[in-house]
Amino acid sequence: MQDLLSLFVKSIFVENMIFAYFLGMCSYLAVSKTVKTATGLGIAVIFVLGVTLPVNYIVYKYVLSPGALSWIDKSFAGLDLSFLSFIVFIAVVASIVQLVEMIVEKFAPSLYNSLGIFLPLIAVNCAILGGSLFMQERGYETLTEAVVYALGSGIGWFLAIVSLAAIREKLKYSNVPKPLRGLGITFIMVGLMGIAFMSFMGIKL
Amino acid sequence: MDTNKNLYTIIYAIIMVVVVAVVLALASYLLKERQQRNVETETKEMILNSVGLAAGADDAADYAFYIESEYDKYITDTSVVSAGETLPMFVTRKDGETFYTIPLKGTGLWGPIWGYITLKSDFNTIYGIVFDHKGETPGLGAEITTHQFTGQFKDKKIFEREEFVSVAVLKEGTGENTPHRVDAISGGTITSKGVEDMLKVCISRYLDFFKSKKQ
Amino acid sequence: MDKKIFTDPFFRKNPITVLVLGICSALAVTVKVEPAIVMALSVTIVTGFSNLIMSVLRKTIPNRIRIIVQLVVVAMLVILVDQILKAYAYDVSKQLSVFVGLIITNCIIMGRIEAFALANKPLPSLVDGLANGMSYGMILVAISVIRELFGSGTLLGFQIVPLSWYMKNGGFYENNGLMILPPMALIIVGLIIWIQRSYQKELIEE
Repeated sequence: MQDLLSLFVKSIFVENMIFAYFLGMCSYLAVSKTVKTATGLGIAVIFVLGVTLPVNYIVYKYVLSPGALSWIDKSFAGLDLSFLSFIVFIAVVASIVQLVEMIVEKFAPSLYNSLGIFLPLIAVNCAILGGSLFMQERGYETLTEAVVYALGSGIGWFLAIVSLAAIREKLKYSNVPKPLRGLGITFIMVGLMGIAFMSFMGIKL
Repeated sequence: MDTNKNLYTIIYAIIMVVVVAVVLALASYLLKERQQRNVETETKEMILNSVGLAAGADDAADYAFYIESEYDKYITDTSVVSAGETLPMFVTRKDGETFYTIPLKGTGLWGPIWGYITLKSDFNTIYGIVFDHKGETPGLGAEITTHQFTGQFKDKKIFEREEFVSVAVLKEGTGENTPHRVDAISGGTITSKGVEDMLKVCISRYLDFFKSKKQ
Repeated sequence: MDKKIFTDPFFRKNPITVLVLGICSALAVTVKVEPAIVMALSVTIVTGFSNLIMSVLRKTIPNRIRIIVQLVVVAMLVILVDQILKAYAYDVSKQLSVFVGLIITNCIIMGRIEAFALANKPLPSLVDGLANGMSYGMILVAISVIRELFGSGTLLGFQIVPLSWYMKNGGFYENNGLMILPPMALIIVGLIIWIQRSYQKELIEE
């Protein structure tokens, strides 16, 4: 239990997808002009990460990892399909996003109106694929761990984008040197926020 | 041709999947052996380094071949039974002495750290040690791989009389100067702590075996 | 063939500093120059060949599965690059870890396919892909040179700052530890953008 809590906190603050690994930067910079849209995208990322990562975990554990197919037949024990993981993960992500989009559109039209436009963006968001690749690389051992990690990093991403959007809204009133306006100052700000987040480094629960 | 028909789309998808699968399977099949050899050579080099061998690896004409032949010359892989567990052990014979290497596995700040520790035949004195890591901070935690850090372990003892105490990794200038401590890396406190925990946990699994050998 | 296809990506339409594409997967590998160069090469190869393949296939692709076809082609190329790195450049591939896989979602690649390869002949598409990959790599390498030089005092692993300068050897110099931390990559990109826009005033945002 304590391990899970520690993993959760670590994935939100210490190993923040944005500040430590720069994952999902493209949409992070493009959709962080107002708090409202940023919140929408952030929630969508939490949601999609929370769904795709456990699915990819199961796929990896029972199909792709070395010897994983031995549950079908003992003779498959020597088979290692892990070289296919990139392509399978991205296919799973793309199809789940598509599926989620259709389900949300059908059953919750109001949610679709606020989240819908972000879903296609998310299929190619590095944070989503990155989550699955980190899961494979670090070898999380149980499904619970994978779920906790997915939610933690999703929430971390959400926090990062909402706080950046809040700062950018206020930034309109500052006198930034002309060539630095827009993109330049945003990069520098994200860097400074990252330094602030680094103070969480080394926290062990 | 109408590229929007259902049948066309399905056939297109099937052909694409088959082509991609064949290309990837072929690549994986052709490169597999070389990849595995890379991994093996790396492990072997680490073990050799922990026994103070294979120093000339960088100058060797054929690096992999050099490591392999050195390994075969000195080291035998065995396993030992300790407290009911079967554990790996690498035994080195050089210059008339015998050394025992055991693998270490732990966690640093960002991810896994691992290494090999070599003990002299009294199962107490450390002869050599190597560490590696996945993604510790360069310049801070990543310094555990440097000789400056690992060199400190030489001739340290893991037992105080008959009691297992492992080696403590303490901040420079703190703690008593006993044969059971080394200096931590400044700025790499968590990684240093990880090394300390890793040593304690991994060596303690072999304690039963050490005891049986000492009697 | 228009020469602009090749030259534009380097400055006027640089994928990182002007179009803000593909920052995701790559800044984390700019602590040292060597992985940055390998990353730059990998991205260049993948953008070049994915553009080429998609351009060859452009008239046959069923519209409904267009995105999936793109993803599959890109993913295949990335897996090939990853496998080759693991076999022939094992040390670097360890340092790059998951970031090779993340080339798949690098926006530059999908962006160039959509914006260029699907509407142009194979050869210009290949050139466009390679040029974009290289200009992207140029920024990566520039950042990594700054970070490695000031953060570790080395370049490609060779000591550049004289050892006698260091405090511990009685000198006056100390490596800037901030440079090797991740946030510094972002700040350096910000500064590069600042410099570029001071010269190319038409890029300034209001």
